[in-house]
Amino acid sequence: MDENAQTATTAATAEAPVARPSGSPPKVLVTKPGLDGHDRGAKVIAIALKEAGMEVVYMGLHQTPEAIVRAAIDEDVDVIGLSILTGGHLPICGRIMELLAAEGVSDIAVTVGGVIPKKDISALEALGVKGVFPGGTRLDDIVAAITALAR
Amino acid sequence: MDVARYITNEKGQIEDVILSSGIHVKTVYGPEDLEAVGFDYERDLGRPGEPPFTRNNFSTGYRTREWTTRQYTGFGTARETNERFRLMIDHGQTGLNVAFDLPTQMGLDSDHPMAFGEVGRVGMAVDSLRDFETAFAGIDLHKVGAGLTINAVASIMLAMYQAVAEKLGFDRTKISATPQNDIIKEVIGRGAWIYPLEPAIKLIGDTIEYSMTAMPRTNPVSLCGYHIRESGATPAQEMAYAFCIGNAYIDETARRGYEPEQFVGRFSFNLNIFGNLWEQVAKFRAGRKVWAANLQQKYGVKDPKNLMLRGLFAGGGSGLTKAEPENNIMRGAYYGLAAALSGAQSTALCSFDEAYAIPTERSALLSLRTLQLLMDEVGLRDTVDPLAGSYFIETLTKQMEEKIWEEMRDIEEHGGIVQAVAQGYVPRKLAWQAYEFERDVQNGSLIKVGVNKYATGVEEEVELHEYNEEWAECQATDLAELKRTREAEPVKATLKALEEAARKGDNVMYALVDCCKAYATVGEMADVFRQVYGTYHEPSIF
Repeated sequence: MDENAQTATTAATAEAPVARPSGSPPKVLVTKPGLDGHDRGAKVIAIALKEAGMEVVYMGLHQTPEAIVRAAIDEDVDVIGLSILTGGHLPICGRIMELLAAEGVSDIAVTVGGVIPKKDISALEALGVKGVFPGGTRLDDIVAAITALAR
Repeated sequence: MDVARYITNEKGQIEDVILSSGIHVKTVYGPEDLEAVGFDYERDLGRPGEPPFTRNNFSTGYRTREWTTRQYTGFGTARETNERFRLMIDHGQTGLNVAFDLPTQMGLDSDHPMAFGEVGRVGMAVDSLRDFETAFAGIDLHKVGAGLTINAVASIMLAMYQAVAEKLGFDRTKISATPQNDIIKEVIGRGAWIYPLEPAIKLIGDTIEYSMTAMPRTNPVSLCGYHIRESGATPAQEMAYAFCIGNAYIDETARRGYEPEQFVGRFSFNLNIFGNLWEQVAKFRAGRKVWAANLQQKYGVKDPKNLMLRGLFAGGGSGLTKAEPENNIMRGAYYGLAAALSGAQSTALCSFDEAYAIPTERSALLSLRTLQLLMDEVGLRDTVDPLAGSYFIETLTKQMEEKIWEEMRDIEEHGGIVQAVAQGYVPRKLAWQAYEFERDVQNGSLIKVGVNKYATGVEEEVELHEYNEEWAECQATDLAELKRTREAEPVKATLKALEEAARKGDNVMYALVDCCKAYATVGEMADVFRQVYGTYHEPSIF
């Protein structure tokens, strides 16, 4: 696990962050935190965002909140897109928000999709999550929401 | 990729039907179609129970033996899971299919930081033999076979199954375990991988080799087209990739000096059903034939009983919808029908609420009842391969056979399945197909009732399985107690022996059984492999 997280971080830092020119397409980090490996949804979203002209950093599976936040900062992304199917979305998003705050980052929007019961949406929003996309959300709606968040 | 693509005219009449695998369906079929595909009764069909097994593995079908029902079951600690196992068996379920939680599947103990929030959530938490003793208490392991849905650490779980059986007084030569144990599909689709492919495949070879003598009734690998299809594969790709993966495991075992004839008869399959009914039936009929031919031609396997494609044909989660979840009960019934018409030996359904959470007791029993009802109330036991001889089904079966071979050749052209997966060819292709499927559902060109046709947009309340935080606490207490009370010396010694076996490249199963019996934990054993083998890294596919 740790080794994975480390590799992702190293891969991310290998290219030094360069400030992107204004007007460049939204940059989104797509990943799956935690142990679940069902990545069909994450990959479909990654393709949909790319097809919509966005720059996608696909970080893949089994990532820790620490590694995700590190990579998001190093890659200078506008939005983090998390895919969580196991029911662990509240603690995981909470942790990521905490880590971003600790780094003093306020310009990266966190979004989450997956198996998210309706009753948890307001709790996620209260944590500061900017977009919640339960299974069945239309791809167009996700693209539009991410585009708006990246502005 | 669901039912089919329908090309309609301005009046809404269907002008063409294109199945997921790319085959066009005609309005009507006749003898001329059989002639066009070169259908030959003796060569393509033959009798049920005889090669090429297109019709069925057994001559008498469900008359002499109903299918085995095997709902995927497990949550919380071993206590909750044992209770649910017994409930399902009391209600007539005839096999087990054990769901493990993610920490267990990933070879982490319940007290590992990465396990936080996941203990007992999507399956049963297993840290040591002690959990298995609880999980299988009161179950006749000579009578009930157990599917163990675990892959990266399947070798550990198989060793633990032997250990628990012996501990509970069963004979290891009479127990039947079916660990999933298919790491290549895990890399393609389900993501519970740990080690690099090469040592991971070596571990699978170890289980196959070990089972031959130590647990001869065990099915050491279950080739999972199921998850490959769930990741976006067409029905033809599902079969083709599963067969290519099977060949990779045969090669791994054969290079140790065994003849495929000695072990391939114990391979089993886990295959998927959703979408077009005819395409599914044709897929399984063609699949049995292709697998038999593959084994004969590539490996010189001769004994008919080793040529059979045996396994679980199970309802696919991808066909189910979150919208109007109760519609999934009906979908499940039709998937079960497809399984029966295809001659499934074992079957299971996703429960109707699985787009939300793992099944409740009620929804799991509904799935079981759906399958029982198909056997007892509809007439599916009456005759073997009831659709045989249909101009349409036989034509389609021949066409599917061609498609499966074509997809297998495509993998060969990409350097074989291990290369095609490790270098991203297969994952990239499936991700794109999954994307196109999603797009087609959203633009209405693939119809899902209640989603993009007749949709009400009303959200229904569903009673859901609730995760109980106390399970994780119980598991943590038990694990701490185990570590405090077990004898330290045998744990240390057996883990050391495991490391030596792994480093030398010996078969690790013997050492694993000793570790399990000494109450070493899953995490401790999995860590030994992590140290020796390292970890897998996903190919970049975007």
